[in-house]
Amino acid sequence: MSGLALAGVAVDRGGRRVLEAIDLGFAPGHLHAVIGPNGAGKSTLLQAAAGLIAPRAGTVALDGVALAAIGRRALARRRAYLPQRQAVDWPITVEHLVALGLTPALPAFGAMPATCAAAVTRAIADGELAHLAQRPATALSGGELARAMLARALVGDPELLIVDEPTAGLDPRHALGAMARLRTVAGRGRIVIMAVHELDFALRFADRVIALKAGRVLWQAAADMVTAAQLSELYEVEVHLHRGANLALAFTGRTA
Amino acid sequence: MRALLPLMLLLAALVLAALGALFVGLAPLPPSAVLRALASSQPDLAGLVVREIRLPRVILALLVGAILGLSGAVLQGLLRNPLAEPGLLGISAGAALGAVLAIYYGFAASFAFATPLFALTGAGIAAAAVLALARGGGTLALILAGAAISSTAFALVYLALDLAPNPYATSEMLDWLMGSLAERSWDHVRLAAPFILAGGALLLLTAPGLDALALGELQAESLGVPVARLRLLALAGTALGVGAAAAVAGTIGFVGLVAPHLVRPLVGHRPARVLLPAALAGALLVLVADTATRLIVTPGPPLGLGVLISLVGAPFFLWLVLRMRGRAA
Repeated sequence: MSGLALAGVAVDRGGRRVLEAIDLGFAPGHLHAVIGPNGAGKSTLLQAAAGLIAPRAGTVALDGVALAAIGRRALARRRAYLPQRQAVDWPITVEHLVALGLTPALPAFGAMPATCAAAVTRAIADGELAHLAQRPATALSGGELARAMLARALVGDPELLIVDEPTAGLDPRHALGAMARLRTVAGRGRIVIMAVHELDFALRFADRVIALKAGRVLWQAAADMVTAAQLSELYEVEVHLHRGANLALAFTGRTA
Repeated sequence: MRALLPLMLLLAALVLAALGALFVGLAPLPPSAVLRALASSQPDLAGLVVREIRLPRVILALLVGAILGLSGAVLQGLLRNPLAEPGLLGISAGAALGAVLAIYYGFAASFAFATPLFALTGAGIAAAAVLALARGGGTLALILAGAAISSTAFALVYLALDLAPNPYATSEMLDWLMGSLAERSWDHVRLAAPFILAGGALLLLTAPGLDALALGELQAESLGVPVARLRLLALAGTALGVGAAAAVAGTIGFVGLVAPHLVRPLVGHRPARVLLPAALAGALLVLVADTATRLIVTPGPPLGLGVLISLVGAPFFLWLVLRMRGRAA
């Protein structure tokens, strides 16, 4: 089967059960949004899906092959992962930052092959970063850094892209830009999974929404079928959802 | 080619400094005599001075400085911290304790190589202890274990200084703690070189993963970098290389901290590219400083190498920090 499949996945962290009995399939060509209250296990689910933490039980498989059997470097070439908090510790240039995305494809020593250099140039152009290419990554604004990191994740053209909170800390214009980019990647037949707090982004841009609560999947639905009642149940607040020409969402302080 | 230029310049400076170091010393030899002594194997005075005293000392300075600079660069990249240095892992402290114990219990008096051998053993035990304490933990566990071992070892060093059997032992311990390359022979080179070269090789193996670590450990893992293995390589390489360097040269601080910073702007701040230039810069620093300790005449005993490096290096480092801050603002 094609796509990413989690079957019976359970994850413990620091002796605490964080995820339990997760059965999920992620099909190529779709943008999957994982939503849920704080502490629901969204980041852990994304890390397990990326093969960065080994589940205590269950399997994660990409195109029918368990991630653990794919091999560290081979998996790194096929999947890209961006964590929630992104920082660069040294003032390397944006160009070098983007090129780091090719780490698993590079020879251990020696110069970068010409094909890789071309891929870096393309990723920089796609991310509208050409004017920043020689800027130290530590001197970027939040929105610019997010764009550079996304270019870093996309430079190797991974078939699986997992992004934790792609809009965190971004103003509406940059957040919309990030969403549009993820949509484009999904449109190219890739599997894109994002955890997101902004519900309106999840409902407007994603194909499918997965609701996580207390380490379990509470419900999952096509984004245009999600109801106010489902969101109320998930967040335990009253939700008003209006689907018209523009999507409108409002929360009231009363708990449902 | 542009990437090679800083390396070439450093290498040229190193060759010049090494030649310079061979030409100066206590025995006033004209340059022609030095050249003749290098080219021949005559057992005359000039030959003995140049080949048996100056040459091993220069080679030790190069080895010690290079491994300190290299280890500092690897640790700064691995821990993603510009303040990391080889002493952080407790290995230098373990070596110091070993050396001090050799002197304290009088082994050093009866057997000339007791001090370096004890220091080497001390470094190995310290590295094993840090590894055992940090096992299963992450980078923070490694730093904390290093700090714990380091302060324990230094507490014992001060205790030994306090309880030293006689003033001569105290002075010998202090000499060792201040670092020196005086009166080192080919035997010291033979003792330290294999460990330093092996340690250097292990440290260089971390290079392919260090660049990706600039993005943090999680992203590095996602890019296929085996972070846990990198940590192990850095610890083992530092234990072998810096342990051996401390065993023959005593405690030399500062080089591992400052050498990577000196060359970082030359290579675009990329952590993996810093390694070789940092090794060259470290070698240059120690060699020049050691030559200076031979040239500076003091009324008392000659200046300690470690002391001189810290004395001259600290203000320079301060200037570097201020300049970097000015640029960032």
